[in-house]
Amino acid sequence: MAELAGELRLPKGTVYGILRTLQAVGFVEQDRESGKYQLGPALLHMGSSYLDGNELRTRALNWADGLATRSGESVRIGTLHENQVLIVHHVFRPDDTRQALEVGSLLPAHATALGKALLANHTYIAAEFAPGSLASFTPATVTDIYRFRQELEAIGQRGWAADVGELFHGTASIAAPIEDRRRVTVGAMGIAGPIERLCDGRLPRPEFVDYVMEAARAVSRELGAIPW
Amino acid sequence: MSVNGRYVASIDQGTASSRCFVFDDRSRIVSVSQQEHRQHFPRPGWVEHDPEEILRNVLLVVRVALDKADLTPQDLCALGIANQRETTVLWDARTGAPVHNAINWADTRTDRLCRELARKFGQELFREKTGLPVTTYFSGPKIRWLIDHIPGLRERAETGEVLFGTIDSWLVWNLCGRHVTDVTNASRTLLMNLHTLDWDPDLLDALGVPAAMLPEIRPSSEVYGEAGAPLAGVPVASALGDQQAALVGQTCFKAGEAKCTFGTGSFFVLNTGARPVTSSNGLLTTLAYKLGSGKPMYALEGSIAVTGALVQWFRDNLGLIGSAPEIETLALTVEDNGGCYFVPAFSGLFAPHWRSDARGVITGLTSYINKGHLARAVLEATAWQTREVVEAMNTDYGSALSELRVDGGMTPNNLLMQFLADVLDVPVTRPIVAETVSLGAAYTAGLAVGFWPDTDTLGKNWHKAAEWLPSMDGVARDRAYRKWKKAVARTVDWVDDDE
Repeated sequence: MAELAGELRLPKGTVYGILRTLQAVGFVEQDRESGKYQLGPALLHMGSSYLDGNELRTRALNWADGLATRSGESVRIGTLHENQVLIVHHVFRPDDTRQALEVGSLLPAHATALGKALLANHTYIAAEFAPGSLASFTPATVTDIYRFRQELEAIGQRGWAADVGELFHGTASIAAPIEDRRRVTVGAMGIAGPIERLCDGRLPRPEFVDYVMEAARAVSRELGAIPW
Repeated sequence: MSVNGRYVASIDQGTASSRCFVFDDRSRIVSVSQQEHRQHFPRPGWVEHDPEEILRNVLLVVRVALDKADLTPQDLCALGIANQRETTVLWDARTGAPVHNAINWADTRTDRLCRELARKFGQELFREKTGLPVTTYFSGPKIRWLIDHIPGLRERAETGEVLFGTIDSWLVWNLCGRHVTDVTNASRTLLMNLHTLDWDPDLLDALGVPAAMLPEIRPSSEVYGEAGAPLAGVPVASALGDQQAALVGQTCFKAGEAKCTFGTGSFFVLNTGARPVTSSNGLLTTLAYKLGSGKPMYALEGSIAVTGALVQWFRDNLGLIGSAPEIETLALTVEDNGGCYFVPAFSGLFAPHWRSDARGVITGLTSYINKGHLARAVLEATAWQTREVVEAMNTDYGSALSELRVDGGMTPNNLLMQFLADVLDVPVTRPIVAETVSLGAAYTAGLAVGFWPDTDTLGKNWHKAAEWLPSMDGVARDRAYRKWKKAVARTVDWVDDDE
């Protein structure tokens, strides 16, 4: 506490009072043995992007259905789960073909648009990827960690992500982040389909990017993010 | 006039809330607005709503939905109404003021009256004419209760000074000034003859309800009138019970096609075509819809009173979850129900048993059970109740269900949907646009004004959004079903005659 008081140039009594308040709300905790103060669990949760997946699905369902109808492709909503993407919702491609429900499955974050959209907004997680840890699925998969971080930065700027044949040959995906009222990314929503339909050459078609971003924005609005 | 509008709006006036959806001609949702209203429980078993709060909320959600989409009433070519059925409103014809709170469909205060009616006239009379058993569910006895309990009301009802309506009538009267109802809503009163589609004098006599207070019975799809301010000029072009609206929204236009809506209560409805099918297994014979001058289509219905309501009770009364979707998260903390079963006979048992003397039960409790198991049991209750209804339906209709089309507020619950497929042993499918009640009201209204040409066009808009396939071992399923039936047997014989 002496250190803190010195740094803040406040009397120890005042600092003590402030620390007590911060402790009460969990922003600060005191190590029992050493008596030193450190950041508390509540602070971590404040910045955390946890939203119950079942809650997210319920709130996003109508918009996910709408996106499937507009784009004509299957829709998935995912959240970050131990550096992978956990699929919390899946809407079939609306062509009445035989499809299997993928809720609960895990996808690699670096090779899917969903994962990239999530990681671009959780740079501290992306920072922990070691060089060489990005597995290759197709020749197009980005395995170079530095190139990957640059791509994430670009995604963070433009607000949407894509994978073009990086997980499965011939399949592309486009995704955008979903934010809650604290403007924290709590999930991502995207479409996946044949490259020749979703892309012009290797570039995602702008109309599909628009559909995805609009749908993600609608869910964000639903969660209380300021309308924009 | 809004005939050139590019959108249709529909109101889904439900038990828990009122919603407005705006749709385009490809059945895509353009905007949504929702507002919950208060549930009043003045006494155990009594459930009421404030009709004026409902009306205010309906007008509010329409305005908000239009605002959200940057639209005005001129952009709408029609407004459709789907409503919670049976809920009874009585109001003064001159002032428009309700004479009492609306008595909700789940309210059981008419229990003694219903038993007296059954004793005096026999269940057969009612079933023959209306397709319904005499139970607290339906409007007729609720009207009679109000007449009996509010001084001076009988005289005013006899002169038409006081009017009766289900929620559709209450809304249409306030929007357009016409006192009408549609065949599906009228078919839930115990006062309408299923064959003539008109109020039956013998039934009015038996229930002691004066004809002067009753609305005119109209088709489900028809322009009833134009709304006044604040929706000036918008044609009000459909009214139908919410479950029937869901049948239309699921495009079940042919005999043999069925859907189950999982909401506060759950309702399994099977289109049986142009002729009513009698049930000997506790299902209701009711109207599916009547589109303009087309033939009336009939349906068999299995009504389950408490499904999503149980999740809400778990949230609001027990406080074990913070929001309804959390029930799935909590249920997933355990592998199974731990041996406990929950039969939520909060308003007695509805289909197929119809026991008004039953009340809720949780059985199989041991010190092992935790809130995760209870959460599982809460979800499983919906699936088992559905199984009982499907079995009754298969017997009455004479052929087995091969696939279940689902919709409603509980369909986002993956655990429940999978469990449903498991206990029914058939694939469960959900359509894109799970909001079939609202969609059905929009379809019915749109057909009336020519926004959509015919039902075949609507059928082309149905697409599968998800599918759950049965995965449960048959022996395990049979064992669990046996336990469920034991739990159900423990709910009956609870309410005494002197209560």
